[in-house]
Amino acid sequence: MSEGYEFSPSPSDAGFTIVSRRALLAGAAAIAGAGVLAACGSDEKAATTTAAPADSTAPADTTAPADTTAPADTTAPADTTAPAGDAVTVGINEAAGSKAYDGAKAGLDATGVPYTGNFVDHNSFQDNITSYLQQPDDVFTWFAGYRMRFFAEKGLAGDVSDVWAGLTGFTEGFKTASTGNDGKQYFVPTSYYPWAVHYRKSLFEEKGYTVPTNKDELVALATKMQADGIIPFAYANDGKWPVQGTFDILNMRINGYQFHVDLLAGKEDWTGDKVKAVFATWTTLLPFHQENPNGRTWQEAATALETKEAGMYYLGTFVSSNSTDQAYLDDLDFFNFPELDAAIGADALDAPIDGFMMAADPKNPEGAKAMLAALGSVAFIDAANAVNPSAVPANSEFDASKFTAIQAKSAELVGSAKSIAQFLDRDTSPDFVSNVIADAFANFHADPTSIDSILADIEAQKSQYLG
Amino acid sequence: MTAPSTTTPLRGRRRRRFSQLSRSDKLTLILMAGIPSVIHIMFVWVPAFSTIFLSFTKWDGLKLGGWKMIGFRNYWAIFTIFDGKFFPAFFNNVILLVFLSLCSIVGVLFAYLLDKNIKGSAIYQSIFYMPVVLSLAIVGFIWKSVMWSPRQGLFNVVLGRTAQGDQIDWVGNAEKVFSFHIPGLDTPLGLTKNFAAMLIAMAWRHIGYVMVLYLAGLKSVDPGMREAAAIDGCNEWQAFRRVIFPVMKPINVVVFVITVIEALRAFDLIFALKSPPGTQVLGILVRNNLVGEGGGQVGLGSAYGVILLLLCLGFIIWYLINNYRENET
Repeated sequence: MSEGYEFSPSPSDAGFTIVSRRALLAGAAAIAGAGVLAACGSDEKAATTTAAPADSTAPADTTAPADTTAPADTTAPADTTAPAGDAVTVGINEAAGSKAYDGAKAGLDATGVPYTGNFVDHNSFQDNITSYLQQPDDVFTWFAGYRMRFFAEKGLAGDVSDVWAGLTGFTEGFKTASTGNDGKQYFVPTSYYPWAVHYRKSLFEEKGYTVPTNKDELVALATKMQADGIIPFAYANDGKWPVQGTFDILNMRINGYQFHVDLLAGKEDWTGDKVKAVFATWTTLLPFHQENPNGRTWQEAATALETKEAGMYYLGTFVSSNSTDQAYLDDLDFFNFPELDAAIGADALDAPIDGFMMAADPKNPEGAKAMLAALGSVAFIDAANAVNPSAVPANSEFDASKFTAIQAKSAELVGSAKSIAQFLDRDTSPDFVSNVIADAFANFHADPTSIDSILADIEAQKSQYLG
Repeated sequence: MTAPSTTTPLRGRRRRRFSQLSRSDKLTLILMAGIPSVIHIMFVWVPAFSTIFLSFTKWDGLKLGGWKMIGFRNYWAIFTIFDGKFFPAFFNNVILLVFLSLCSIVGVLFAYLLDKNIKGSAIYQSIFYMPVVLSLAIVGFIWKSVMWSPRQGLFNVVLGRTAQGDQIDWVGNAEKVFSFHIPGLDTPLGLTKNFAAMLIAMAWRHIGYVMVLYLAGLKSVDPGMREAAAIDGCNEWQAFRRVIFPVMKPINVVVFVITVIEALRAFDLIFALKSPPGTQVLGILVRNNLVGEGGGQVGLGSAYGVILLLLCLGFIIWYLINNYRENET
């Protein structure tokens, strides 16, 4: 729940376990009332196969219908007949009480592979990943990006290239995203969500705004909105991850995808002119954003978009999860962030991918591979999506008629992109992000004029974390 | 302390007495002293010494034994490369120490007033004590939503500053209230506005905590001493300063130690607010390098931890020396 640095939301989790302010307060009050003062944020590996998961995790769970819905999680059709040792153990980063959990469970049941689920609260799972990997489940949730490749390189994840040989329905882009530094696959993708500029169709119609496609149009639109008394961009940076999305897109639009990837891999200089150009543009665009983002949650910024106080909001598509007002959700639309440099174009974007990895040394190798093959199939994502239609299924064989409106648009947007990044905190070393980048960007927003010394600090501290 | 002549018979007597212990007495002794000792060593000293060891290594925390000895490189990094993180965090801890000391004095004052059995003292007591039942993390959540929220927060609503462009950013504003440069250090040290806001939330809880502790102590002070002081013609302040305060010494020690410890280990409230810029304290630096998805810098995090440990030890040793010296005279 609470973190010094909070990581950006996962696709599987986009929108449903991110606790709203009100739920959080209710949870906090409930906890305080119950006298369980230390319950928040400190528990490790909360839910295991036998332990009752519900109330030991995040405050949100105090309202959940407790563990009656999730009895000891050993289920699956064939399980009663199969000897217990044969079940594949699966680590899932969702605890009972969330829609994402229900979705994952429905999907796992649909695979037909006997399994034992180890359902752990999202943040606990992510926080404890290093100790978890000492003794992982046969198959476990993770996401594409730097960290996946890092684990593969360290020998902490199993090679699943032969599973990939049997997988169908994945584009080359997903295969690349699943490939480690040694050219083998270590990851099976399930779902993703894109980052885009969100806006209200009704507001654009009413004021006669049009979707901008380049920098001049963007600036013209933003200026016009300001003249109309509307803040062009809603903006927040509580948790220190949201503005990283803005950096990603500006860097990819100004310097291109390859430079972005190289910069995050530590191969480029943070004090160089190219990075300074990004911050120069960022500084000129800041007046079009809500001021003081450091103290604002993305939910508060999303509310500004909903109330038409702000005209646009650059965020992941999970922005819709902040509201339950159907009229607003139908009115909500998004467009690709416009190009800033015609030579670079606008064909790169952030779209974090979730999926599964295999333990380096699974107790049940055949079962684990059978499970991974099933997780990559349409059957899994179809069942999961029926329960929890949030992120977009990665498998292209998924029946497009089952898409929600947002999913259909997301699939179209990502399908048209040439290069897909995973989001800053997934594209580089997470300790570099949580200890250096997150603070540096927050400091930039506190005082944009100090950017030169901030970038010098990043460059000096980089070597400690990368390489 | 004891003269050499008396030690020998004393030792002999003690030995004789020990041998008189029955077997079950010995067993009880071993169990009652042994088990806590083992637990204490296991959970306090083993981790402490591992931390000291790890602070001289570079380790990503993945494989046991996968560390590389790098000598004092982590400490060197903290004081050179990470000076812009370390010194502001350290200075925030110092500010906290000064501020919480003032809060403790206020808490003592409240306790003294409530001890006067003024009307409605139980109500005041409950009001001041209520925040103490909440953990600081919860205090953080509550204040963030209820007090500091730029749009809906109580402060901005009461001040009428909820309009866009006019909002006060309580949690995010890292502008400095005051700051000064130290030669050789790039980053100016100072108190940021958001840290000042968090100090208020911490005071909200700390004052009540100290008040209750002190109140409990005051209730146990022999009323005869106050009467004696009054008869001797002491005024209120003199009675407190010369009679009550010295008698309360054990409680004073507890309050002092709690204040220092709270200031140095400050973590939960800031952590719950996701440590916005300008609010880092040493505990956050330790945590961010050690724990979590980003916790791949075990060596560096341990080095921060050791520095924090040395600071705490410094205070404790200084205190113990002072205390014993006083006892001797």
